[in-house]
Amino acid sequence: MIIFTAAQVLPGDVGRAILGPFADDRAVEQLNEELGTNRSVFVQYADWVGGVLRGDLGDSYAFRRPVGDLLWPALENSAKLALLAFIVVVPLAVVGGVAAALAQGRLPDRLISIGGLSATAIPEFVWAVLLIIVFALWLDVLPVSAQAPAGAGLLTEAKYLLLPALALVFVLFGYIARMARAGTIETLDADYTRTAYLKGLSRRTVIRRHVLRNSLLPTIAVVATQVGYLFGGLVVIELIFNYHGIGELLFRAVQQQDFPLIQSTVLLIGVVYLAATLVADLLYSLLNPRIRLARDE
Amino acid sequence: MSTPEERAVLVERPGLGPPEGDREAVRVARRERFRLLLRSKTFLAGVLVVGAWAVCAIFAPLVAPYDPLGGNLAEEIGNRLQAPSLSHPFGTDQLGRDVLSRVIAGARDILTVAPLAALLGTVLGTIIGLLAGYFRGAVDEVIMRPVDAFLAIPPVIMGLVVLTALGPSKWALVVVIGILFAPIIGRTVRAAVLAERELEYVEAARLRNERSPYIMFAEILPNVSAPILVEFTVRLGYAVFTAATLSFLGFGVQPPAPDWGLQIQENYITINAGFWWGTLFPALAIASLVVGVNMIADGLARVLER
Repeated sequence: MIIFTAAQVLPGDVGRAILGPFADDRAVEQLNEELGTNRSVFVQYADWVGGVLRGDLGDSYAFRRPVGDLLWPALENSAKLALLAFIVVVPLAVVGGVAAALAQGRLPDRLISIGGLSATAIPEFVWAVLLIIVFALWLDVLPVSAQAPAGAGLLTEAKYLLLPALALVFVLFGYIARMARAGTIETLDADYTRTAYLKGLSRRTVIRRHVLRNSLLPTIAVVATQVGYLFGGLVVIELIFNYHGIGELLFRAVQQQDFPLIQSTVLLIGVVYLAATLVADLLYSLLNPRIRLARDE
Repeated sequence: MSTPEERAVLVERPGLGPPEGDREAVRVARRERFRLLLRSKTFLAGVLVVGAWAVCAIFAPLVAPYDPLGGNLAEEIGNRLQAPSLSHPFGTDQLGRDVLSRVIAGARDILTVAPLAALLGTVLGTIIGLLAGYFRGAVDEVIMRPVDAFLAIPPVIMGLVVLTALGPSKWALVVVIGILFAPIIGRTVRAAVLAERELEYVEAARLRNERSPYIMFAEILPNVSAPILVEFTVRLGYAVFTAATLSFLGFGVQPPAPDWGLQIQENYITINAGFWWGTLFPALAIASLVVGVNMIADGLARVLER
């Protein structure tokens, strides 16, 4: 809702934004007439909402194509990038977080905690340019652009996506590792952990069977909430690496005040975020019988 | 963007003791905390880094060896894209401007935008949190529902849309980031207030027939100041993050200002041709500032919330 209101107040002349500052006034007017952008924003908005309810996202003003045609390929591209980032970061961060928790207060813990904190706090575009300079320019091992040549195999595509995914990995690592660490420390202190030790189980068994199972629960929830955040990062990353994903699409749409495209993209981001939260909730109850039982009572 | 879980951890512990407690004890406790703070290496390292940038920001014209905006155009054009050397330690950019001078002068932009934005967000967030946490019930619902919806949208995307509407400028950036952060801070403050309002001193104030604003601002506020201070420093880090990102996208500080995010945007097109210095040094500057602020936040959180 908020984003709808915010996008509604976008001022400016859509025809002018598309045709550029030097276009003829009459041409601009004609284009506005054609697109219907000379009507009030409320009429435009009602028009768009009516369309969405009928399953039609409308046509993009700037690209002159149905929004759906632009949106789905972009979402697919972004999903590939996000998937690769998650595949790399989740195991890495969980292992890092658990290792930090097991060495609580000692050097490895401080290194992982401070390193994770720093990595997370640095903006994605800073990581991106640093990675480009080191890996693409100085070492010359990875490509600067993320867009693989058409028809490239899965492996080549992954190679092109590696640098942008790494930039996301750095930013995500800190959050996930911190949650894994906090969860593990909490379970290490729990009564059932002491009981398990007192039963005479070895440290390895206790950690694997009692600690990890409980400590990774909050981590799953965090991974899901990061999906929403990820879209913010994607705008920047996709622009730098010239990758045609959802973030890049949104940026172009905002630049050209492409009303239906902005609305639909933001709507899609909201839906994906909600879906991720839902999946997290389901996973959570699946992995934790206590929540399931509490609900049944 | 810390997660709700982390925030819950942050605010679980109560802040300072009740103000009607022994004043001497409070003072001793405060001195003890300060001493612990000075012993924290993380905190000191953070202060050192941020302090260095603050010096650059304040004394930029004295510290910078050249004019960050470029003086004589004809002469500057002759100096375009020079690699780092003795006379230009960080090289020159595509308009022949000295990168070192621009990095030094750029500290001024970010160190005005970020702290003001974080301050605005903290003040608004504290008011939101106090109201929602103290009155609970309908007021809480009315305030927190939109806040929850607000938090579902990534701040960078929200900022992008709003700044397009407002038109990009330094002050729009401050206002937008401040307003974007207010709900996040509001949620932290609310959680702290919820724990605090059940305590006896609040009950006592209510029985004394104190008015609600007095209880909120004079009784509860001092006792939740610790989580608010921590939240402010954490938000300061994110304000740098968000301001730099939005400037990089072209929605913040405008050219020819030497803002760091903007410099990276201007220079990264030349990376492919091998001119890395115009991008690398502002990037390192942003990185060091954000890490510095976060080290301060980390040190504060450790000491105030033990």
